[in-house]
Formats: sequence, structure tokens, C-alpha cells
Amino acid sequence: MNSMSYLKRRIVNRTMLLLSYGSAVLGVAVLFLILSYIVVKGMSSINLDFFIKLPKPTGETGGGIANAIVGSFIVVGIASVIAIPVGVMSGIYLSEFGKNRFASLVRYFADVMNGIPSIVTGIVAYVFVVVPMHRFSALAGGIALSIMMIPIITRTSEELIRMVPDTIREAGLALGIPQWKVIMFVVLRTASTGIVTGIMLAVARVGGETAPLLFTAFNNSFMSLRLDQPISTMTVLIYNYASSPYPDWNTIAWGTAFLLIVIVLIVNIVSKVFTNTKYSL
Amino acid sequence: MTKKLVIEHLNAWFGTIQALKDINLDIEENSVTAVIGPSGCGKTTFVRCLNRIHEVVDNAKVKGNVLLDGENIYSNTMDPVLVRRRIGMVFQKPNPFPTMSIFENVAAGLRLNGTKKKNEIADVVEKSIKMAALWDEVKDKLYKSATTLSGGQQQRLCIARTIAIEPEVILMDEPASALDPISTARIEELIQQIKERYTIVIVTHNMQQAARVSDYTGFFLLGELIEFNRTSDIFTNPGDKRTEDYITGRFG
Repeated sequence: MNSMSYLKRRIVNRTMLLLSYGSAVLGVAVLFLILSYIVVKGMSSINLDFFIKLPKPTGETGGGIANAIVGSFIVVGIASVIAIPVGVMSGIYLSEFGKNRFASLVRYFADVMNGIPSIVTGIVAYVFVVVPMHRFSALAGGIALSIMMIPIITRTSEELIRMVPDTIREAGLALGIPQWKVIMFVVLRTASTGIVTGIMLAVARVGGETAPLLFTAFNNSFMSLRLDQPISTMTVLIYNYASSPYPDWNTIAWGTAFLLIVIVLIVNIVSKVFTNTKYSL
Repeated sequence: MTKKLVIEHLNAWFGTIQALKDINLDIEENSVTAVIGPSGCGKTTFVRCLNRIHEVVDNAKVKGNVLLDGENIYSNTMDPVLVRRRIGMVFQKPNPFPTMSIFENVAAGLRLNGTKKKNEIADVVEKSIKMAALWDEVKDKLYKSATTLSGGQQQRLCIARTIAIEPEVILMDEPASALDPISTARIEELIQQIKERYTIVIVTHNMQQAARVSDYTGFFLLGELIEFNRTSDIFTNPGDKRTEDYITGRFG
């Protein structure tokens, strides 16, 4: 118990505390820097034309990214149509019936899939969809994104369905309700707010992906609503325009980045509000 | 004197642990049968075997016969879902469906079992909530969340929810143990009112409650049924030393 060791401990304590504060500040600062830079650079190119016009050819100023906005919604829409039912159903399986080795395997693969680089997902979709169809397509892009979404939705749904107490399941069964109806109309309903939040976060996550779309949805300078044709998306547009030598295109890329971040932010906020307001567990 | 339930050689396990050992007893129609005993004696497991909800738990196993009006609910041809429609259950902790309104909670059993007619459902819901002595307290907020109710109200809601499917037997697993004395009194009063229409089996660790509400009492100890008799006999003239020790508070 000498005062030296106390002093030493205090110094170490202060240093470690400072380091943790510093790291936290650094992390937030970088995020803030990125966001403010995008806002500063991107805001200026946002106007009505930006939303309703098509891109102009090189050299001409003005134009918009209507095709990419529509395209992104279509591709993410396709991905959601595939991934939401598959993901939620898998989540139900894992939480309600997942006490066997097969389920552990599924769980393990879902976790591994969550960590697969998104470009690899793109290659898979390229090989299994683009090559047999002989063309890039919105469908291929949607499938690539759905491959990313399924494990996210599966695992979040599983966790949230598992959080529903067994007493709720037993209450349903004790009323003579068949098990599948207890799961679909009682358990799922109890977990629904959380599941919806999970789905929205998954949508926000894949909505910002570029790599899986590069050689699946590819690109399109025109407005396209066809699922079997290449389609423009905001992320690929950013990738192309930001790396182009034309200052006009660079500006549009900044504007698109700004719009994308705003959309992701809105989805996040909506899911937060949704979780807080509805009564749940 | 009709026997509503006849329990023969009932054994139950959780994994390798035997929770019930060779239980034999008859339950009288339109009577209240209390099941008493110290914690862990198997009384909850016993009632959970009567509506086949014990087997829902992993590794849980049942052997023996439970005859409902002479028909074995554990026979291979018996659908547990149909058994549970005839033998309802109220649990220890009030467990209303949290995302449903008060009305939806009571309607859930009917709706999910295929009743479509709106006015029929509304009638049954009103009738059931009235029978559970809850109507005056909730009639103006039927569409509010069930979780806004107090614990005692939630438990009466759960009773209403069970009554709504019109079972013949109602099992109650310590229905008042999580409630304050006033709510408890209301539940006990309610049991007296509805026993004319239903056969009731109630688990309780409160001996005064058993004495107050029941016609018959079974005393369980370590998974065995030690004594089963008219409640008045059990409490005034127990046949077994262990029953006497328990009801006089010498252990448990």
C-alpha cells in the first residue's frame, strides 16, 4: 500500500481512459467528415431535374439520374421479394424447430454468408443467372442482393422470434389452436415489430451495395423497367461517374451519394420510430 | 356424481427425471379439485398432463391414461389440439397476447379455430368477459392493448379467453399466485361462480385458498399423490401423517 503504486495506477487509468475517448472521437469524427463532405459536395446538384431527368451525354451539362433511382428501387424490390419470405421462414424454422444438427449447420452457414465479400456474391449471381440468360439483368442484380439479404433476415428473425416467451406459445396451444397457427398468428405477430426493423435494416444495407451489381444488373443509360434487361442503379452510377474524368459526372456522383445516404438514413429512422411506437413485448 | 376425468397410472418425465409417479385419481364433474403440495412436488406437471401441454416441452414424456368422459386423451387417435379445446388452461403468470387488444385476446381462440361470423364472435367475447367479471372494467377500452391492464385484470382476461372457447374442464395453475389479495379474492369468487358450468382443477400453494374454493383436494409430495379426498376431510381429518405435517405447516 504505498502511494507510488496508487499514483501509477491513476496514471495508467487516465491514459487508458484517454485512449478510449480518443478512439471514440476519432471514429465519430471520420463518420462526420464523410457525411459533411458528401452533404457539401452533393447538395448543390440536387434539384428537380436530378430526380426526373435522364443522364445527359458527356459534354452536356444538366440532366438527372431518374433511371438510376427507379433502377435501384426495382433491384432492391426484387431482392426483398425473394429474401423476405425465405429469410423470415428460415428464421421461424431455426427458432421454433432448430434444436437439431441441421439447424446448427444452417445457422453456421448463415453466419459465414454474412461475412462473404459482396463481390463474391456478385460472381455467384453472374455464373448462375447472367451466364445462362446470356445477358445482364435487373433480375440478376436482385438475386445477387437477395443472397446477401437472406442470411441477415434469417438471423435477425430467428433472434427476435426466440425472444417471444414460451408462455405466449403455451397460451396459444392451450386454446386448442394448431401449432402452425400459433406460430403464424400469435408468435410472429408478437415479434413483428422487431422483424420489420430487421428487414428494413437489411434493405438499407444492400441498398448501398455496388460490387454485387457490377456484373449482374450492370448499367443502363436509359430508363428501363424490364427485369430481363440491364438496369441502372444509384450505386453503380456513383462508381462509374465518380471515377470518370468529367467534372460534371463527378458532381452528379456526389449528388447521388448524398441522395443514397439520405434514403438509407430515412429507412433507419423509420425503422427506429416503428420499433418505439408500436406496443410490443 | 359423474366422473369427468379419470387419471390412471399417470407417469411423467423431464428427460430422465421422473416428475410424476403412478398417479391415480378421479375428478368429479362440476366440482373444484385443488392440487396442493410443496414446490417441486409435481402439481404443475400434473395439470399440464391433463391437457397434453406437458409434452410440448423438450424431452418431456408422459405414460398412463387420462380419460375424459371415458375417452383416453393419450390414445394414438386423439388429436392434442382437440383435447385442448375441451380442456382449457389458465397459467400461473397472466399471459395475454401482448400485441393484441383486449377484444382480440378473447376472440383469438375462436378466430384461429375458424369462426368467421363477426357478430357471433362479438357475442362470445362479451359473454366471456362478463363471466370473468371483467366487463365493467374494460367495456370502454376493448380495443386497447391487453398489456395496459393490471395483473389481476390480465389474469381475468386470460380466464375470459379460456372461457371463450367453451371448454368442459378448466385447469388453473396457481392462477392467483402473482396477484394481490383483492385480485385473488376476485378470482376465487369467480371460480365459485363458474364451477356450475365447468369442471375446475386448480393448483395452489396456498392452503387457505384450497380450503376456501375446492370440493376435493389432492396432496402431492415428491411426484406422488399422497392423499386425495373431500377438502373438508383433508383439512380436518387427514389420513396420512405427511399430509397432516404439511397442512399444519410443519414443512413445505
